Formats: sequence, C-alpha cells, structure tokens
Amino acid sequence: MSDHSQEHPIDSVKTYALVLATLLFLTILTTAVAYVDLGVFSTVIALAIACTKMLLVALFFMHIRHSTKLTRLVVVGGLLWLAILLFMTLTDFATRTWIGVPGR
Amino acid sequence: MADHAHTETIDLRVQFDTAEQQKDCSTLGMWIFLITEIMFFGGMFAAYTIYRQMYSEVFAIASTSLNAKIGAFNTCVLLLSSFTMVMAVRSGQLGKQKAIIFWLILTLIFGSAFLGVKAIEWNEKFVEHHIPGQAVFHLEGVPQSEQGHAQLFFSLYFAMTGLHALHMVVGAGMLVWLLFQARKGIFTAKYFTPIDVGGLYWHFVDIIWIFLFPLLYLIDRHLKV
Repeated sequence: MSDHSQEHPIDSVKTYALVLATLLFLTILTTAVAYVDLGVFSTVIALAIACTKMLLVALFFMHIRHSTKLTRLVVVGGLLWLAILLFMTLTDFATRTWIGVPGR
Repeated sequence: MADHAHTETIDLRVQFDTAEQQKDCSTLGMWIFLITEIMFFGGMFAAYTIYRQMYSEVFAIASTSLNAKIGAFNTCVLLLSSFTMVMAVRSGQLGKQKAIIFWLILTLIFGSAFLGVKAIEWNEKFVEHHIPGQAVFHLEGVPQSEQGHAQLFFSLYFAMTGLHALHMVVGAGMLVWLLFQARKGIFTAKYFTPIDVGGLYWHFVDIIWIFLFPLLYLIDRHLKV
C-alpha cells in the first residue's frame, strides 16, 4: 500500500496512441475483409477481430491490466454469465426441430 | 484494527481505511453495473443471432442495404473518443486540471459527431422506406411474403443502435457534468474517481459498438460481391 505508483502505474501517451492506431487499423481491416468471400469464416473473422478490439479496449483503456484480482474475477464472471445466456438460448433454438412436436 | 477515526475528505470517506481501498471499491462497483449492462445488451445480441439464423437470406439483403463505409467511419470516430477519454483519465492521474478539461471537451465533440452521423444514417432509412411498422415499408430484392422478416431486421437494427445511441446521450450528459466538476477544480492526482469510472462507462459503450458494427453492417457483405 505504501508504494502507490506501483499499485496504479500511469501508462504513457505512446502506449495509448499505439493502441488507438491498432484499433483503427483493425476497423479498416475488418471492413475490407468483409468484401472478400470467405464463406462461413467471414463471420468467424469479423468476430475474432471484434474480440481483439474488445480486449485492447478493456486491457488498456479500461485499465484491466492494472486492476485488482477481484475486479478481474468479476469481469470474467460477467462474461461467463453472458456465455451462459447465449449458449443455453442457442442450444434451445438449434435443437427444436430435431424431434417432431405434435401439433406443429 | 485500522484507525477509523480519521477526518473525512473527498478522497478518503470515513468508511474506508485507505484512499486505495476507496478507489478500488468505486471501480469494482462500476464494473458490476457494467456487467448488468452486458447482460442487458446480451439479450438483444442473442435475439439478433437467432433471427439471423432463421431468416438468413432476408437478413443478408437487409444487412447489405446499410452503408458500411459510413459505419466504419463512425467506428473510427468512436474509437478516437475512447482515446481522448483515456487521455482525460491520464490527465486526472497526473492531476493536470486544464488537460482534463481539454480532453473531456474533445471526447464530447467526437461523441456528438458519432451521434450526428448516426442521425444521418437513420434519416436515410426514412427516405428509403426502411422503417419497420411503416405502411410503405419496402426492402428491394425481397419477395412480398418475406417483407415481414425484413422489417424484423430493421426492428432489431433500430432497437440495438437506438439503445446504443441512448447510452451515448447519457454518456454525453455525464461528460458535461464531469466538465463542470473539473472546472470547479475538484479533481487532483489524489481524487479523480468520477473521471475514472466515467471512462469505464464510455469505453463500455465503445465495446458494444465494436460488436454492433460487424454484426449489423459487415458479416453478410461478401454474399453481394
């Protein structure tokens, strides 16, 4: 606790500028790649780029890099709940037509 | 036992042992709020995923009717605003009061620019009769029997971008409030928590758009080449 700068180090302007440049580059990349026919991988690549951008924003701009273990745990826990929401809903909709339902 | 009898200051309220603890507590509280927001938007993303799966052909035509170049431009504007926001937080960490105001104003300008571009895009939808619920709704290239599913796409489009824009408006209000506080000179290197958690909110809204942009504008683009 005594060493405050150790707890919350201040990132340099250069770091933030590099993150911004990467984010802008990825935006242009994802837009350009969208016009190339990659089949089902179009969605996969678009989401992979979006996830990379999310990680950059969260780790650097939202200071997850420097945050406490408890905060990190809460963030990961939150994403886990989101995964449950998406996954469980999709298992329902994906499997509804597998078995014939009377009256449908 | 920690000494709880300290005098209360803005950076150290009585219920906390140290300023560090108070700051970590605020950050954690903000993150818990943001997780409720993730779940809130998560439901809409789930709905979009399911309907896109069910009516993939109509959704592809509807999705490609959006202007991807304007969308990409607006994404860049929003990312710039996130950069200026994090610079405001950094100025807070350093206790530079004038710099805080400078970066907050820039963030407000970029945020407003984003909303302005969004308004132009929405206006285009009115001109093109792509407003769900309108009697004159018509999406070109979609058979008459499928027009309802095209309306579904635009319902989701307006709900998701509209809700995102609402969050931006709230964020802009927050920036104005922060500017007034900053002008009073209450933010120092010891106490800049409102800018810090305000920044978390702003970046969160940015992340939502990072996912909205490819999902709404891009992923069916290759089918039309």
